[in-house]
Amino acid sequence: MTRLFTSSFSHLILFIGIFIMIVPVWLIFASSTHSSLSINTQGLQVYLGDRFVENYIRVLLYKGGFFKEITALKMFFNSFIMATGVAILSVVTSLMAAYALVYYRIKYATLLFWIIFITILVPLELRIFPTYSVMAKLNLVNSYFGLIVPISASAVATLFFRQFYKTVPDELLESAKLDGANTWRFFIDFLVPLSKTMIVAMLIFMFVFGYNQYLWPLLVTSQEQYWTVVMGLKMMSGSIVHRFAFVMMSMIPPILIIVILQRHFIKGVFQDK
Amino acid sequence: MSFLELKKVTKIYPNGTKAVQTTSLNIEKGEFMVFVGPSGCGKSTLLRMVAGLEDITTGDIELDKKIINKIDPSERDVAMVFQNYALYPHMNVYNNLAYGLKNRGLAKDVIEKKVNAAAKLLQISDYLERRPALLSGGQRQRVAMGRAIVRSPKIFLFDEPLSNLDAKLRIQMRLEIKKLQRKVGVTSIFVTHDQVEAMTLADRLAVINNGIIEQLGTPIEIYNNPTSVFVAGFIGSPQMNFIEGELKNNKFKTQAFEITGIKSDFDGKVILGVRPEHLVQANNGLIKFNVDLVEKLGSDNLVYGEIKDKKDLLCYRTPGNEKINSGSKLALNIQENKLYIFNKKTGKRII
Repeated sequence: MTRLFTSSFSHLILFIGIFIMIVPVWLIFASSTHSSLSINTQGLQVYLGDRFVENYIRVLLYKGGFFKEITALKMFFNSFIMATGVAILSVVTSLMAAYALVYYRIKYATLLFWIIFITILVPLELRIFPTYSVMAKLNLVNSYFGLIVPISASAVATLFFRQFYKTVPDELLESAKLDGANTWRFFIDFLVPLSKTMIVAMLIFMFVFGYNQYLWPLLVTSQEQYWTVVMGLKMMSGSIVHRFAFVMMSMIPPILIIVILQRHFIKGVFQDK
Repeated sequence: MSFLELKKVTKIYPNGTKAVQTTSLNIEKGEFMVFVGPSGCGKSTLLRMVAGLEDITTGDIELDKKIINKIDPSERDVAMVFQNYALYPHMNVYNNLAYGLKNRGLAKDVIEKKVNAAAKLLQISDYLERRPALLSGGQRQRVAMGRAIVRSPKIFLFDEPLSNLDAKLRIQMRLEIKKLQRKVGVTSIFVTHDQVEAMTLADRLAVINNGIIEQLGTPIEIYNNPTSVFVAGFIGSPQMNFIEGELKNNKFKTQAFEITGIKSDFDGKVILGVRPEHLVQANNGLIKFNVDLVEKLGSDNLVYGEIKDKKDLLCYRTPGNEKINSGSKLALNIQENKLYIFNKKTGKRII
């Protein structure tokens, strides 16, 4: 009896949570399928309207911004490039950094690791001006490279991979050595496949991290053709329903990534070994 | 003409620990050499130096007429079986075996032929598609050996490969390793702390203690003629009995008994050693013995107890059909020429 009570009670709490999270999303979605006139006169809508296709297609192809140079479609493309770039670059660098920290005979490897680790305490916002000035000097403002590189060093991912490598038994390395594997082969043939699920999990984290960047793209892109979705939400002009439609669409890529990779993701985060 | 030669090899760790003290050793081609000793005696370190996994502090290691001190482990053409097997968890058995060959740039069909031959030899052909996680302990052991065999290396190194198996499987694998080594004929070094394993496997045995080879020889030589207290105590099961006493004027003397006519003019404190299987009952035996406990193994009885008037513990082995009850009193003699006397101070054998 108590079990039934606790389980229905916890379900009740979960349902309330879901309700609180879903309702605003639903209101925006429902409203985005009406005309701006009905939103302006009657407020947010609970029921679906009849202008779904019209509104969404217009948003995707409408040239917005100050100079009317960029469409939402292009922003999605930019965001995709940026998020993918950040995800891949940060995972590759963290994998290699962790490899060097654990397996190379580096003096003060632990100290170096902690120095890398404390960069977590220095968020992008804090170093944004020096970073910008470096990018400007390198002539990388208004480029994909400039969007991606400065946020692609991840101390968290390095930490994850390092801790994982430390649990890999030494015999595996020794055995691989005797089997003729050199430094590079051990990395590619052993550590990378062994950390596969973790790599997938990190790719998802870093994709969403890159996708959600707001301040940095805003600063480093003055040309509208490099605008990304999250900053575009703010910069995009247009009527209220179109903005709603854009907001709805901006949620799709991260959701899609998680849905596609969730099996690996769950395995990666709760990996027992 | 030795195949593997260790020339005055030492290993000193950066913190000053002397793991291996000046050691010289020759191993013939095709020989099965066993390093045996208690844990921490340096036997594994010595093996890992041959493999190239540990640097050599001083001295040279020569394999097939080539000094290999500075050669990378991957180039030494040695194969090693580890205690925990160190199979590659993300590869199936086939790839576990094939990996070393792939790295040597062999053609695909050659690799396949070699892997299949090794798998057949070890009777693991049915599991080639499986991952190591799905194999039993014995199967993993075979895969680990397969990985060594498939490369046909110059030398096999075994680092306590049987200690993770249960007792029955251990005996079975022990036999298989021996048979396999005969069949393949590859020079092998086997490290173990189990003296039974050492005795049964070895062509020659090196008993190692504190980083020094205490004695080197065939198992029977070492069993019959141990040169020190340590070797005498380490080889043989149950352990050799040790009784402390004094040697003077060719006479060994303790409170409990005396033995005369010992052919040595040593004078001083000594240890008398006698194996449990070299004691016999006699009506007016020399050693009066109070039985404390009898272990009935079926084929043998191991009789434990104390020597009368002297609190030394003693073990005596009798055939299993002999009935001895705990609490009974026995009188024992030592079989002729089966006693050992060691210098108490140095531990070296006197006679």
